[in-house]
Amino acid sequence: MDKLMNKRPVLWLLGIGTPALLLAAWWLASAGSTDTFFPPLADIVDRFRALWLFDHFGSDVLVSLRNLVLGYAIAALAAVAVGFVTALAAPVRWAVDPLIHFLRGIPPVALVPIFISLMGFGPEMRVASIALAAFFPTFIATVDGLRAVDRGLLDVAQVYRLSRRDRVVAVLLPAASPQIFSGLQVSLQTAFVVMIASEMLGPSRGIGAMTLLAQQSFMISDMWSGILLLGVIGFAANFLFDLVRRKVLAWYIGSRRLARAS
Amino acid sequence: MRTTETAPITTTDTPVVPEPPRLDVVHLAKSYGSSSQKGDGGKKVIEDLTFSVGAGEVVCIVGPSGVGKTTLLKCLAGLQPASSGYAAIDGRTISGPPPEMALVFQDYSRSLMPWLTVRKNVILPLRHLRLAKAELKARCDEALEAVGLSHAENQYPWQLSGGMQQRVAIARALAYRPEILIMDEPFASVDAQTRFDLEDLCLRIREDFGMTILVVTHDIDEAVYLADRVVVLGSKPARVLRVVDVDLPSPRDQISTRALPEFAEQRTEVLALIKRPA
Ligand SMILES: Nc1ncnc2c1ncn2[C@@H]1O[C@H](COP(=O)(O)OP(=O)(O)O)[C@@H](O)[C@H]1O
Ligand SMILES: [Mg+2]
Repeated sequence: MDKLMNKRPVLWLLGIGTPALLLAAWWLASAGSTDTFFPPLADIVDRFRALWLFDHFGSDVLVSLRNLVLGYAIAALAAVAVGFVTALAAPVRWAVDPLIHFLRGIPPVALVPIFISLMGFGPEMRVASIALAAFFPTFIATVDGLRAVDRGLLDVAQVYRLSRRDRVVAVLLPAASPQIFSGLQVSLQTAFVVMIASEMLGPSRGIGAMTLLAQQSFMISDMWSGILLLGVIGFAANFLFDLVRRKVLAWYIGSRRLARAS
Repeated sequence: MRTTETAPITTTDTPVVPEPPRLDVVHLAKSYGSSSQKGDGGKKVIEDLTFSVGAGEVVCIVGPSGVGKTTLLKCLAGLQPASSGYAAIDGRTISGPPPEMALVFQDYSRSLMPWLTVRKNVILPLRHLRLAKAELKARCDEALEAVGLSHAENQYPWQLSGGMQQRVAIARALAYRPEILIMDEPFASVDAQTRFDLEDLCLRIREDFGMTILVVTHDIDEAVYLADRVVVLGSKPARVLRVVDVDLPSPRDQISTRALPEFAEQRTEVLALIKRPA
């Protein structure tokens, strides 16, 4: 235990130091570069600041983020709700199961053209594409999680005649929450990919659209800065997600750690 | 708070069950694996059980492990339907979890919600009873105090030992204030001292609340110490070998009661029934 505590700062240093070192190496190696495709990092950072923090913040960064948040939120809520109905009502399960397994096999990005033909190139199309693609991982995890709830806990809920609300909120939902969160994490990654993919088709705004446009107009520093921004957003989204997960699943993480220790 | 007189008179020389039986088990049979209600086909676990428990009585069920004791309790709690025969409370056949009953499960590790603290686990069944806040708090405090876990109320079940977890499950049942309390090998995983304390707690709540209590145990001494009557189950599939009336003075005391020659006689009688091949 003591040893591990002492290792903590070292590990932190490694975690922060390694990317910092890589960035520094990139900065130095690219400093005088005249290669069109690998401009100096200094240029890229300049463009990053000019493009994303000022000119296109409102018109593109916010648009992308709004689509992402909206699509993901719709997907998460719908997936958990439909997952509950599917897992708990046998007829629904029989009706829905084969369809779901067919749909989940389609790569999420391939769904985008369907929505383009249905909705055109508006923001609705992008939100809908994100929502549908992000729906499946969480939905499937929710159904699996609910089916795996311990019989013993369900017996307790029955013997003590818990209300339907308590049964859902205090027993089923928490019992399935570790699996639901695994699904939500995959959904988040899916939503992110589809957000970018949906912007790369048709006349469009957003970080993905801007990055593609920059590439097509040989504004290579702009393109790199767009990729950098996507990396930062992806990192931040995962970081936030993990923060929430650690808070909500504190009981699960704690019990697992204890079980492993003994 | 022990009084010398128990509310319902324990059967001493009259083998008649006090009227009316609170809990009545009549020709109950149970098979697993047959979806039909006929009781044939599948694996027969309970052959034919008939016994009853009077209001305010403590009855213990003893029998070898695997004989079907847990299965019987699940039928009584309305978690599983009987294949034939029935169980009834005050003459009403049990077809789902009865509101006046609480069950302490044998498998404590699967009976507490790991995402709730000890206190919230105890409160969970009370939420739908719409009690006043003060009443809720009082019941919870009292139940945790009774099982000696007041200090652990903010811990999670997985932070506690097996014995402590089982005591939380008992506290949850106590706070629910059932009229009929059923416990499935409740003291199997606690240390000897705690076990004595919980046995006395069991007798005390009978006095205080007039609860009717049915306890499954494989400890014959415990059964004789606790019970007004001991139902001895035997053979697979399960059937009643005999119902032994326990003729010991109340209040019972861990040291003096267990030292009585009658105590030794009663436990020998039960032991002989279990040892003898049916
Ligand atoms: N859900 C079930 N399905 C099939 N068989 C079961 C089930 N539950 C228990 N059994 C079987 O019924 C028998 C009695 O089990 P149980 O009631 O747990 O016995 P006890 O509590 O007396 O130890 C055992 O042989 C067990 O394997
Ligand atoms: Mg058992």
